[in-house]
Amino acid sequence: MTSAAKTEVDTLVVGGGPAGMWAALSAAECGMRVAVADDNPEMGGQVWRAELAKTAPEVAGLIQKLREAGVQLLAGTQVVDQVAPGVLLAEGDGGASYLGFGKLILATGAREQFLPFPGWTLPRVIGAGGLQALVKSGLPVRGKRLVLAGTGPLLLAVAAYLRAHGAEIAMICEQASRSALASFGAALLRQPEKLLQALSLRKALTGIPLALNCWVVAAHGTVAVEGIDIWHEGKVKRIACEYLACGFHLVPNTELATLLGCRLVNGYVEVDEFQRTSRPGIFCAGEPTGIGGLELSVVEGKVAGLAAAGREKAARKFFRRRRMLGAFARAMDRTFALRPELKNLVEAETIVCRCEDVSYAQLEREVSWRMAKLMTRCGMGPCQGRICGPVTKFLLGWSPDSVRPPLFPVTVGTLAHSFSGCNVDDNQER
Amino acid sequence: MPMPEQIEITVNGTPVRVPVGTTAAVAILISNIFCRTSVRGEPRGPLCGMGICFECRAEIDGIAHRRSCQILCAAGMKISTDLRQDV
Repeated sequence: MTSAAKTEVDTLVVGGGPAGMWAALSAAECGMRVAVADDNPEMGGQVWRAELAKTAPEVAGLIQKLREAGVQLLAGTQVVDQVAPGVLLAEGDGGASYLGFGKLILATGAREQFLPFPGWTLPRVIGAGGLQALVKSGLPVRGKRLVLAGTGPLLLAVAAYLRAHGAEIAMICEQASRSALASFGAALLRQPEKLLQALSLRKALTGIPLALNCWVVAAHGTVAVEGIDIWHEGKVKRIACEYLACGFHLVPNTELATLLGCRLVNGYVEVDEFQRTSRPGIFCAGEPTGIGGLELSVVEGKVAGLAAAGREKAARKFFRRRRMLGAFARAMDRTFALRPELKNLVEAETIVCRCEDVSYAQLEREVSWRMAKLMTRCGMGPCQGRICGPVTKFLLGWSPDSVRPPLFPVTVGTLAHSFSGCNVDDNQER
Repeated sequence: MPMPEQIEITVNGTPVRVPVGTTAAVAILISNIFCRTSVRGEPRGPLCGMGICFECRAEIDGIAHRRSCQILCAAGMKISTDLRQDV
């Protein structure tokens, strides 16, 4: 077994998005030795993802400050296991590495919630945030005709982004009702900065049809999506498109927190006022504690970083802002809650688990997530249930009951570092 | 705006020029091919775009099953998808 590099810090942050970067800076400015590990090729997380290797302007300044504060930035580093108390195992381009820490801050962010409908496995049916990430990674969309469908403000933000990159947005389909959105509008009025964001989005989207009470029922195409059927005002309507971007809100990434034994409540990591989880020395900030968006993630990151450095008094200064932003996040959850009709989009032969190609008909016969795994291999593929787990939770009310290491598929060489005293050759087979 | 620097890679043996900062998943998408063939033989492409779903996995520089959306293209990189296999 080749030896693994080791990083040893006072405070380790997992996740280099807004919450993680601000947590790291806050702790480092208190004199802590800090490292940030993130699996993406660059720091910034999803919302601040670099555009063709050009760091987003908000992030460039923050990265500069992190460097000046001596924070180690470990991009391309995926945490896969805890090998001993206070030591995580990670895998990156350079192979396996150990990350040793005194305090740990989990800022693992969120992924998109997907829902199955006939044709959702066709190439070029992509997550809304996913398509934005691909465009930031060099995918040209100029002149491409596309539809966005699902729910939440992310659809609008992504539509504005894609339009600015030359895409033709045929339609935005929002499943929420007009009345749900009206109460959300009232919540917006209480938060001037959010209202300004909403107004500038509205300007950016002028002329694009936005349908409420509207959702995709099927995608069609031979080798990639060529068109979709939408349900709107009691009718099914066909729309031609070259991409369908769909997102049904967000799911927190809680796998690492679960592996470490942190208590979850209603699917979110439970934290106290100082962002402390139920496990001593482990903090959590951002989306895993509740889907709240960029501003709330930043504030939670600051509180977690200060609290990890023992500066509770300084952390308290952010409590008021956190409370205000938290109220807004809860209003969002209510507004964009998924309507039960969306459970009926899936048909018997629709694939639910994309890794193992398990259909809804196969799953309907099972009674639980565990039995489905045993009998059908649902959730047993490389994504380890990250996509189909939230789907079966919505469709069938199941909840995944355990998380096992490694958290992501790794090379045998990395896996060997999970077992002390194991002596095998490095191997690139997966 | 200045054109970003271009690098050359190959996708299933065909040379492709992409701007620096392009991910392997995008190189596959702009080649109009798909990343992998599913268990039942369906073509699949990227879904999540952020390293979660594994639908974009491909062989990169001889290493199988890599998440192409998380890997930046480097000059001379060899990307192979599994669509040539019979299923």
